[in-house]
Amino acid sequence: MKGWSVARLDNMSEKGNAAGPHDSQQAPLLVAPGEDLGDSEGYEVGHGVIVMDGRLRATKQGQMKKDGKSVSILPSRTKYFPRPGDLVIGLVEGCTNNIWFVDIGAPFNAILPMSLGPAKMEFGGTRSVIDIGEAILCRVQEVEETHSSVVTMKGMGLRKIRSGTVEDIDPHLLGRLIGRQGKALRQLKEDTECRVVAAENGRIWIDGDFEGMLEVRTRLRKMTAEAKAATPGGVA
Amino acid sequence: MGYGDVQMIDENGIRVDGRKAGDVRPISIELGVVPVADGSCRMTWGTNEVIVAVYGPMEAHPRKIQRQDRAVLDVRYNMAPFSTSDRIRPGFNRRSREISKVTSDALESVVLLELYPRSKIRVEIEIICAEAGTRCVGLTAASVALADAGIPMTDLVVSVASGKINGVVVCDLNKSEDNYGEADLPMGILPNSGELSFLQMDGDLSQEEFQEAWDYNMEAAMVIGGYCAEALKNGGYNL
Repeated sequence: MKGWSVARLDNMSEKGNAAGPHDSQQAPLLVAPGEDLGDSEGYEVGHGVIVMDGRLRATKQGQMKKDGKSVSILPSRTKYFPRPGDLVIGLVEGCTNNIWFVDIGAPFNAILPMSLGPAKMEFGGTRSVIDIGEAILCRVQEVEETHSSVVTMKGMGLRKIRSGTVEDIDPHLLGRLIGRQGKALRQLKEDTECRVVAAENGRIWIDGDFEGMLEVRTRLRKMTAEAKAATPGGVA
Repeated sequence: MGYGDVQMIDENGIRVDGRKAGDVRPISIELGVVPVADGSCRMTWGTNEVIVAVYGPMEAHPRKIQRQDRAVLDVRYNMAPFSTSDRIRPGFNRRSREISKVTSDALESVVLLELYPRSKIRVEIEIICAEAGTRCVGLTAASVALADAGIPMTDLVVSVASGKINGVVVCDLNKSEDNYGEADLPMGILPNSGELSFLQMDGDLSQEEFQEAWDYNMEAAMVIGGYCAEALKNGGYNL
């Protein structure tokens, strides 16, 4: 069998590999699903790790991280998972008399009840306010145990998107787009003179003149390509 | 001359394509070949070529297919009309329906579907070029594409087929061996745990021959599992 680096906690003794991959100066240890990460004794299980027969197993592809006694995987690619308070851009997929069904790019559609809508309306008047196919800037209010989520449009700046364009990027690239303390995003807005709203679900609302919007789109695509080239595993 | 009379392995144990009994055809794996998909993989295995695209997890439509406690895995295996020398009529047929079903069942045992209740994961397997063992290539590529999409899984699934030609058990049958051979044993193996998620058998094997084919499949699956893991870490693999 062709050899490849295997991340095992029991390979990383205090003598051998300092205190594990996170603290060492070595390149990050990449793991694939199913890879054995060592004995689970004394370790807490984080994201992307499960315990099977007393052994830690990776369930996702990515970088293994060890933070104290907690072991987790920083996945190379993952689907957006809603959390309460997230600012998201949703696409209205359907509606009933008092509810809109909103695609927020998560594994499950969110609902927007009439009571949390942008304006007061009569029962049955949902479609006259936000029609199917329209985009909205909203906030995740609640995520239930069954993963159903509720979004709200009550809040500062939450609105129906009437102009500009919405671009998609992978949610894990948002950090790269926004930069340290929002510096990169601020620079992008200044350079292109566009309004750029980066939502947590990886959708970017760009509004401004045509040339500026085109420039933002070009930069977003360039950033995705650069991230792909730079990421170990080639996925971005 | 009957099927059994076709000479496919010589007295030195060398097969028609120059391989020894336990050798696997060359494999290459490329990731991210379908940019619009959440995860994708192109795998070439000998002359076989397959592209797999994974979409989701997403809201399951129509609602009647939703499961309240877990996601559903919607696997579609399809052979392109130009994938073989005889043109294949486009669309679903009995064979593709059966392979879609067994592939879905094999993947369900490793994908953590209970994390995404009421949703759907769509796996599209498209055979571009077929030369025996397409269900094995399709299943292996599908598990790599699922991992590429960031779907949580307890293990990869690697599928290999061994069989019998001229009374000799060999690993990874090619087209002529598959057509004129005496038996075929495709298996889906979890390379990290050594467990089995899928097994089919066509033809007759004695208990000893079955054990030999089993051992060949297990050994090959461990090697190919290493290639798949390497591909996921490095963005591709080329043997």
